Amino acid sequence: MNGVAVRLDAVRREFDGGSIVISGMDLHIDAGEFLAILGPSGCGKSTLLRLIAQLAAPDAGNISFEPAGAFQTAYVFQDAHLLPWRSVLDNAALPLELLGVDRATRHSKALDALNQVGLAGTETKYPAQLSGGMRMRVSIARALVTDPKLLLLDEPFAALDEITRFRLEMQLRELWQDRGMTVVFVTHSISEAAFLAERAVVLSRRGGKIKLDRRMELSSKRTAELRTDPKLGVEMQSLYAAMEEE
Amino acid sequence: MTRLLRSALPALLPLLVITLFTEFAVRSQWVPSYLVPAPSSVFSAMFESRQELMQAMAKTSTGALTGFALSMLFGIGIAIFLSSSQIIRRAFYPYAVFFQTVPIIAIAPLLVIWFGYGMRTVIASAFIVSIFPVIANTLTGILSTDPALIDMFRLYGASSSATLFKLRFPAALPQILTGLRVAAGLAVIGAIVGEFIGGEGLGSIVDVARTQQRTDKVFAAVLLASVLGLALFGLINLISYFTLRRWHASEQSS
Repeated sequence: MNGVAVRLDAVRREFDGGSIVISGMDLHIDAGEFLAILGPSGCGKSTLLRLIAQLAAPDAGNISFEPAGAFQTAYVFQDAHLLPWRSVLDNAALPLELLGVDRATRHSKALDALNQVGLAGTETKYPAQLSGGMRMRVSIARALVTDPKLLLLDEPFAALDEITRFRLEMQLRELWQDRGMTVVFVTHSISEAAFLAERAVVLSRRGGKIKLDRRMELSSKRTAELRTDPKLGVEMQSLYAAMEEE
Repeated sequence: MTRLLRSALPALLPLLVITLFTEFAVRSQWVPSYLVPAPSSVFSAMFESRQELMQAMAKTSTGALTGFALSMLFGIGIAIFLSSSQIIRRAFYPYAVFFQTVPIIAIAPLLVIWFGYGMRTVIASAFIVSIFPVIANTLTGILSTDPALIDMFRLYGASSSATLFKLRFPAALPQILTGLRVAAGLAVIGAIVGEFIGGEGLGSIVDVARTQQRTDKVFAAVLLASVLGLALFGLINLISYFTLRRWHASEQSS
């Protein structure tokens, strides 16, 4: 298995002001699972992702990983967040550089990652010369370059046009099927959650509770045809219903 | 060439108009020439004392450039030190602001007592006047680094020095260059003030020519001092263009 399992038990997180973002959350994510976390803006999705990334600590409760021990997490943000003074190749190689990998190895791995996201031939360009969709691809290549066991994405495609978004969604699915890492994908788009994930969790508007935890009953091959398939509509309907009820 | 002309022309036109108007106003004796010299007499004064002025300009340039270089070095260094923690900022930043508020003209005599007549006083004066914008801009730049990227560096276990040199410092470059641009002009002003008291270079020519009622020479020296400031400003712009052109909106051709 190429991913880690994540287990949140009674996790609680407050803002500095004392208002509760996440209260008593239990969530178990299997190793190698593709989970979508769906909810309206301000429901604590990003906070939850930061907790899973261990960039923030819970105020109460426990987060554990299986197998225990060190593993690499990668995080993709809503915007590409590239370093504009670095070439595409050096951006993609940055995580390995920070981990102390030598230049030749990290460049060849970064080239592989760029190839995988369909960016062959752009390595000497600079982020300012790329379109928004290409920049996001570099960002994904940068996340993949360390072969992470856990890939966290925080509304990565929200700022892109729909065609680009569709393309990147399918690419992400393929990468996941190829590599088998655990993926947690935060989004506010119902169609995106239903199309991408094996399992979707809907968060409440306030108080950070899980309102629905549902396995998508869709074929594991997510092709363009699925977008107009009534089965996807059924899944979207149930996610939508859960988001509406207060 | 035509492109250069088209971009320079709007700036040159007012200069030409003002020069011609002044010349006319002085020649027709609307304005007495001991108050405002005719541009033609400024240029002839410049030509007459060209050797003296060129030597003075070389001295002033050395003083201003050295003071500016020290400001850059210490300004960036101090900003990096201040950026390291909130407590350090609380303890030392108010004293950095001192450089901004100190009336250089008032402490220049003190500088002469400390450093003696000549270049060292000039350098110290240029340094004191120009360091604050470097500190302030560098610090703002370093502290306003994208928090998402700081998270990412943490995720890969980057040391704080790696985060500083691979992320915070390069991200702050546009602001640092803005600070340097402001500092360049101030360094020339600081050098001239230092020379008023410390007795060298263009500042001293202005001071001496003033007591001799030679307004034409005063203007000639002031003009050269401005040219020096402009040249320094242009140098920073050039550096800025070459470091930022590939990535920053402010230097991308429109």
